[in-house]
Amino acid sequence: MDILTPDTGLFIFQTIAFILLLFVLGKFAWKPILNGLKEREDTIEGALLAAEQAKKDMEALSADNANLLAEARSERDAILKEAVAAASNIVEGAKEDTGKITAKMIEDAKSVIENEKRAALADVKTLVAKLSLEITEKVLRKELSDKKAQESLVNDYVKDLNLN
Amino acid sequence: MKNNRTKFPNLLIISLLITLFSIANSSTLFAASDSGDEEKEAGGTDFIMHHIADDYQWHIITLGHTHVTIPLPMIIYDHGELKFFMSSNFYDEHHEPIAHAGYMIDHDNGKLVRASEGHGEEAGHDAEAGHETEVDHAVATTDDHAEAKSDFLNLSITKNVASLFLSIFLMLITFITIAKRYKDGVAAPKGLQSLFEPIIVFIRDDIAKTNIGEDKYKRFMPFLLTMFFFILYNNLLGLTPGAANLSGNIAVTLSLALITFFITQFNGKKAYWGHIFATPGVPLPLRPIILVVEVIGIFTKPISLTLRLFASITAGHIVVLSIVGLGFILNSVTVGVVGTLFSVVITLIEILVAVIQAYVFTLFSSMYIGQAVDDGHH
Repeated sequence: MDILTPDTGLFIFQTIAFILLLFVLGKFAWKPILNGLKEREDTIEGALLAAEQAKKDMEALSADNANLLAEARSERDAILKEAVAAASNIVEGAKEDTGKITAKMIEDAKSVIENEKRAALADVKTLVAKLSLEITEKVLRKELSDKKAQESLVNDYVKDLNLN
Repeated sequence: MKNNRTKFPNLLIISLLITLFSIANSSTLFAASDSGDEEKEAGGTDFIMHHIADDYQWHIITLGHTHVTIPLPMIIYDHGELKFFMSSNFYDEHHEPIAHAGYMIDHDNGKLVRASEGHGEEAGHDAEAGHETEVDHAVATTDDHAEAKSDFLNLSITKNVASLFLSIFLMLITFITIAKRYKDGVAAPKGLQSLFEPIIVFIRDDIAKTNIGEDKYKRFMPFLLTMFFFILYNNLLGLTPGAANLSGNIAVTLSLALITFFITQFNGKKAYWGHIFATPGVPLPLRPIILVVEVIGIFTKPISLTLRLFASITAGHIVVLSIVGLGFILNSVTVGVVGTLFSVVITLIEILVAVIQAYVFTLFSSMYIGQAVDDGHH
């Protein structure tokens, strides 16, 4: 067959077969293949974007966490400071109160002791006076058994009285 | 590790194919040069042309003097009547063409012609004398082979048509199998899919998207993919031993180019036709000249597509066959050995050409379509 002259039969077969092939492959091969490729590419792209987003989220989260931590720390510090101040206040106050109470108690105790002392002294005085009287009475009774002695004593008293 | 394991058998298969190809060719040539002095004098041209041209039977191999061929069905549409034969009816036991049912195969150009009473009895290839003298006899087709060609329509399943069906069958199996994997949902490619997916993505991203445009390429993807793989499959099939030379046949390349041509014209937008009939930026007096150039341009595109593919594939086959045939023509073992080795190199280059031509045809088709669908916003 002459190679430069297109053969009619082959041309007809080729044209019809190619067009049929185009439609059959187009429907049953290229369409699912191209759709599948697109779907896969979209999925991969989506996954990559999601990963990127997740990374960003993680970064934001860790930044948030750091902020939160710093905030918490400063808050804790503030609370601690306050607590220390409050404690020292309380201690100061307690110290002051205690001092006052102690001073008052000491005062009270002193006054009570003074009172007691005074009472005791008074008792002692009374007792001494009584005892002196009794002794005096006994001495007197014995001394004044004779008349002379009585007269000298009276004389002494009188002398004293006069001197006064 | 996995790569190495798969690469090795592939290389093995390729080298095996090349070896087979060389053997198949040499034995055929051996038989051809054996059958008479005629071929030897012609320098093996008949043998080469026979390999490149279409045939009514599929010749696989010649062992000694036995031709191993597959007879193919012949369909003839003659004056409203469909006739079916087997091509084996047209050859005798010595593989010489004989007349059958009023038709016979012309020995010189391989065309099916109407057999005459006197001619049918003869062996067939001695009709050289009548060739030039009775050209103008339209009705009396007694001896003239050339005259009979338009008398009936020959729709025979020739070697090329059979090869066309084979390649289509292979393509359907390949791509419908691959397509199944994509229907299963999103998954990593594997097997045959990993081989073809990069090519499909390449055609989509680097051929279609680049030349047609991001927003319009989708509609032409099935066409471009079918075109690319059809040419690729047939180029590679043409390189296998004993196969037909389908993509190097001008009827096939013409058909493919015309399909591109019609797709281009039917998708031509206002800007495309405007560019042809009223080329912007050209002064009015020059417009008729430019119009002629532009109109010629419309038709040179399919012609260039037709001839480029036809010429590169056919030329490749001729080069390989010539180098293989050199040893037989010069009757030298040394030349034969060197020629066979050289033909292996050429065959490897032909594999490259097979891919490049498929790429180029698809690339130019997409460029023409891209020009046609362009909106004119430059």
